[in-house]
Amino acid sequence: MTNSAVALPRANWRPTAWVGEHAPIFTVVAVLFVVWYLAAFLMNAPQVRDAFARNEVKYTFSELVAGTMEAKRPVVPAPHQVAIELYDSIFGYPLNSPRNLAYHAWVTLSATVVGFAIGAIFGILLAILIVHLRTLEKSLLPWIICSQMVPILAIAPIIIVVFGAIGIRGLFPKSIISAYLCFFPVAIGMVKGLTSPDPIQLDLMRTWSANKLQVLRKLRWPASIPFLFASLKVSVTISLVGAIVAELPTGAQAGIGARLLSGSYYGQTVQIWAALVCAAVIATVLIAMIDAIAKLTARHMGAAT
Amino acid sequence: MSARLQAIGFWVAAAGLLVALALPLSSQAAAAFTSRTGLLVALVAAAAAFALASWRTPVSTVFGLVGTALGCAVTVMLLQDPAIAGYASWGYWLMVLAIWLGAILASTRLADLSAADQVTRWLRDLSIPLLFGVFLIYLWEVTVRGFGVSPVLMPAPTSTALRLAQSLPTLGEDFMQTFVRSVLAGYAIGCGTGFIVAVVAYRYDFLKRGLLPLGNFVSALPVVGIAPIMVMWFGFDWQSKAAVVAVMCFFPMLVNTLAGLAVAGPMERDLMRSYGARPLQTLLKLNLPAAMPFIFNALKINSTLALIGAIVAEFFGTPLRGIGFRISIEVARMSLDMVWAEIALAAVAGMAFYGIVALAERAVTSWHPSYRK
Repeated sequence: MTNSAVALPRANWRPTAWVGEHAPIFTVVAVLFVVWYLAAFLMNAPQVRDAFARNEVKYTFSELVAGTMEAKRPVVPAPHQVAIELYDSIFGYPLNSPRNLAYHAWVTLSATVVGFAIGAIFGILLAILIVHLRTLEKSLLPWIICSQMVPILAIAPIIIVVFGAIGIRGLFPKSIISAYLCFFPVAIGMVKGLTSPDPIQLDLMRTWSANKLQVLRKLRWPASIPFLFASLKVSVTISLVGAIVAELPTGAQAGIGARLLSGSYYGQTVQIWAALVCAAVIATVLIAMIDAIAKLTARHMGAAT
Repeated sequence: MSARLQAIGFWVAAAGLLVALALPLSSQAAAAFTSRTGLLVALVAAAAAFALASWRTPVSTVFGLVGTALGCAVTVMLLQDPAIAGYASWGYWLMVLAIWLGAILASTRLADLSAADQVTRWLRDLSIPLLFGVFLIYLWEVTVRGFGVSPVLMPAPTSTALRLAQSLPTLGEDFMQTFVRSVLAGYAIGCGTGFIVAVVAYRYDFLKRGLLPLGNFVSALPVVGIAPIMVMWFGFDWQSKAAVVAVMCFFPMLVNTLAGLAVAGPMERDLMRSYGARPLQTLLKLNLPAAMPFIFNALKINSTLALIGAIVAEFFGTPLRGIGFRISIEVARMSLDMVWAEIALAAVAGMAFYGIVALAERAVTSWHPSYRK
């Protein structure tokens, strides 16, 4: 039954309806691009005009426009400049070269994924403990919330220094910062999820004389899965932010954060924008992957989607 | 935890303290306990308090707390002996472990206490996290000084507190730069424009359907990355930090306000229409009040984001002040006590900011079910 119910709207799928539904998004995005090009022209124009004036060349308006679109060090790079830089820096160099953006993306991505895994597991364990121990709920939960009021990123340099002194360098300290940032949404979401079963359901488990572990495995855990994936989606982005920021104060040689930092030191605007777009793409892909896993899990658990 | 297990635990803690007397305090030649009469008396008193705490009445919670406090005081006093600080041995660590056990049990007792009236319950729920925090600082202090951890790696909380007290003018300057100038300005601009755009988008459905998916998308992006661009555009001073903060705050506010404005149902809107309310009146009297919980949600999210954004932006260039600037400089100079002092400042500022927003929320949305008793 559920299958045919799902198939029904698919059968009626029409391209025109799809376009009509998404027209507002396309319009807004198109307007954004227009604004972007306009901004690129307006912000870069003084610089180009100065260059023409210095060389005492007479210039037409179209030459001015062309100049703003191809400035070497633009204030605002035009979208196509960013796209070209992105393409060049990914396909223009061998994969393991430090000039290749994909290499930097990989460095950051690996720290993100490791940190995300540590943070998610830690968050889940913490939530399970908090749900089962009253003292811990009372004493720890307020501090977990306070820990996020602290700008954790400020601790990043310390963590790197401390781990560096013990002899641990590279990926792991960055992952710890990611984990520190991303355990919070998971812990909070999972506390909510694990306590989401109704008292009626918990009573039913008691009438079956289920022990705490059984209640956890058969009732609380399955009930918390939607909460888990909602929190994971939030925390994967935070984990990426953590990995990028961890690269900033430590003078890391590789990674998207290092790319941003060197771009800002040497005035390579286009490089910064390309690195940003790259980070956005990574974030989108990670979220899409978690979404896909969430859908698969929901189907596996028998959700009517 | 069963009462029986708790009682056994308290006896173990008491016995641990007494056994520790027989073990060496330090790996160096340090004077034994017998020559420190005051501390000896205090420690035996702590052991006695733990033993009394095993008694199953509400009063015994007090004994548990007193025992913990006495034990903490004794162990911290012992560290003043240079032969113990850095060279602490079995006897000392057994004492700390026994006190730790006593503290866990005492706080469990405290959490299980039934409170009859509102004030006692409030006191109990406030005191548990506070005691937990204080004890955590105690453990940190004892570990760092007992093992003699280098201050370059991890300064003791007392030296951080000392440094904080000594460098109040610097901290005040950094606070003004990062928090008052960058964060508050950016927060106000970002939340304000996010709110206004949301109200406009709510009025025009086309805009709303275009902006909402975009806002959701951007909320999921690592927005702090724009910091170097903003520093390039607006210079090194607070304006560029405020710009980063504003952009970071804009999208959560937009998305949440739009969601909040849509909360009022058709029933309520019909009622407003039957009153002959104009669109502006409906907005002011129905939609906005209904959206307040969502708006405050965004304000709370943004209060944490804002501080992070400002500090990160300072890593990309600042005038010679600001929390982020000071942290990166002091890390390079290996004076970690100053770094921790800055972090403490940022933490207190962040918590106070969040707390004020939460209080305002309580005042404005007191009608919301989550505040009902």
